[in-house]
Amino acid sequence: MPAEALQCKECRSTYELEARYVCDECFGPLEVAYDFSELDLDSTRRRIQAGPANIWRYADFLPFESSPSTVLAAGITPLVRADRLAEELGVREVWVKNDAANPTHSFKDRVVTVALAKARELGYEVVACASTGNLANAVAAHTAAAGLESYVFVPADLEEQKILGTGVYGANVVAVRGTYDDVNRLCTELSGDRDWAFVNVNVRPYYAEGSKTIGYEIAEQLGFELPDRIVAPIASGSLFTKVARGMQEWLDLGLLSGSLPAFSGAQAAGCAPVADAFEAGWDICKPVRPDTIAKSLAIGNPADGPYALELARSSGGGIDSVSDQEIRDGIRLLAETAGIFTETAGGVTTAVLRKLAQRGDLDPGERIVLVITGDGLKTLDAVRGSFAVHEIDPSREDFERHVPERSAAPSPV
Amino acid sequence: MSVIVKIPTQLRSVTGGEAEARVDEATTVGDVLDGLYDRFDGLRDRIAEDGDLRRFVNVYVGGEDIRFLDGLDTSVEDGDEVTILPAVAGG
Repeated sequence: MPAEALQCKECRSTYELEARYVCDECFGPLEVAYDFSELDLDSTRRRIQAGPANIWRYADFLPFESSPSTVLAAGITPLVRADRLAEELGVREVWVKNDAANPTHSFKDRVVTVALAKARELGYEVVACASTGNLANAVAAHTAAAGLESYVFVPADLEEQKILGTGVYGANVVAVRGTYDDVNRLCTELSGDRDWAFVNVNVRPYYAEGSKTIGYEIAEQLGFELPDRIVAPIASGSLFTKVARGMQEWLDLGLLSGSLPAFSGAQAAGCAPVADAFEAGWDICKPVRPDTIAKSLAIGNPADGPYALELARSSGGGIDSVSDQEIRDGIRLLAETAGIFTETAGGVTTAVLRKLAQRGDLDPGERIVLVITGDGLKTLDAVRGSFAVHEIDPSREDFERHVPERSAAPSPV
Repeated sequence: MSVIVKIPTQLRSVTGGEAEARVDEATTVGDVLDGLYDRFDGLRDRIAEDGDLRRFVNVYVGGEDIRFLDGLDTSVEDGDEVTILPAVAGG
């Protein structure tokens, strides 16, 4: 197995591959370290291409002895070319990585697939998480399929769709009166005393590895090539940095050539600690109290903020934020040009892409991949009232009286 | 006066396994931490660097992040609970 150890991202101390997430020496975050030197390029590529249609096709790059079997394995979501969106923005090529097409309709199925497999390998029987909603859905569903008990902690003011889409699986849903950062603090405290696998606390180093698979998939779906730019949302900064880490691993190994894309991060103006730090030139983030409709990105104290800042700067990208109205407009723009209905986080990402285009930050020849992380059906309030519905009696007359024609009818031939 | 400090599992190897420590005679969070550094060998290097907290350390007073208050100058009162936690979870 190429996975060798857990290693501190700050001081490089190493630890066994166990349920541990903090460096004892300096309190830095731990990450899985691999030795890929034994991997043969051709046979690795063949194993990927012959692998299952889910994230386990990338098992060589995940921290397991062999591919664990999972019922709800995530991944191999569509990468679709969005020419109408590109035309609207005045750029050559935009692709949408639609990660709403996962078992519970968000990218969180990837991280939970990995975290749960590791939790079972380590012998845990109870799985828990601190969540802004999408993770709650995924933990509840995957533990149900695996026959494990789950405790899901969410802010009490979460969208109803995300609460309903969690409790339905039989999870213990705990609605905490506070922000996500309060929920996260509580779970961090609880993880010290309970023999539970908190997917994004004590098994977070494994969980985070799941997001690398978005990077692998984008590259594989483009024919083992990299795009020029990735536009992706930032909440904790984990997904943003891990997509790059996955691509860098393949570059180092020779599976890909060229260099990392520019990484453009997207935050909501009502919770933009990383975008603010980017603009101010800081290398750490000052925590904020979130106030935004993009609740899945409402992390005021982002754990991977410093690394997201490093990546945006070193890759020639950036980090921008957009208002709630721009988020709503972003949802509509993606829906009306690509036929993809995304949740508020995807509205943030699409709106930031539009902002970059309007500001002239994009080279017209760029190949851009927009990472859409969740489904619009989870945040219906964001589009309520944004269009008219024509209510009529069931008669031709009433239809013709009330429903204006948007464009002229085709001329008869 | 006295303040109770909650010690995370990651630091209990330097507190002799103690999950809580009581600090008397402190007026700020900085004083509380200095009191702990005097008592527990090796604690300072774990969580502090050049007189400030390391970047992945969170400290709370009564559940509130001290970065929303006055940082290490945040005042503490009799009966306050100070919590130290790693800042590397979540998301």
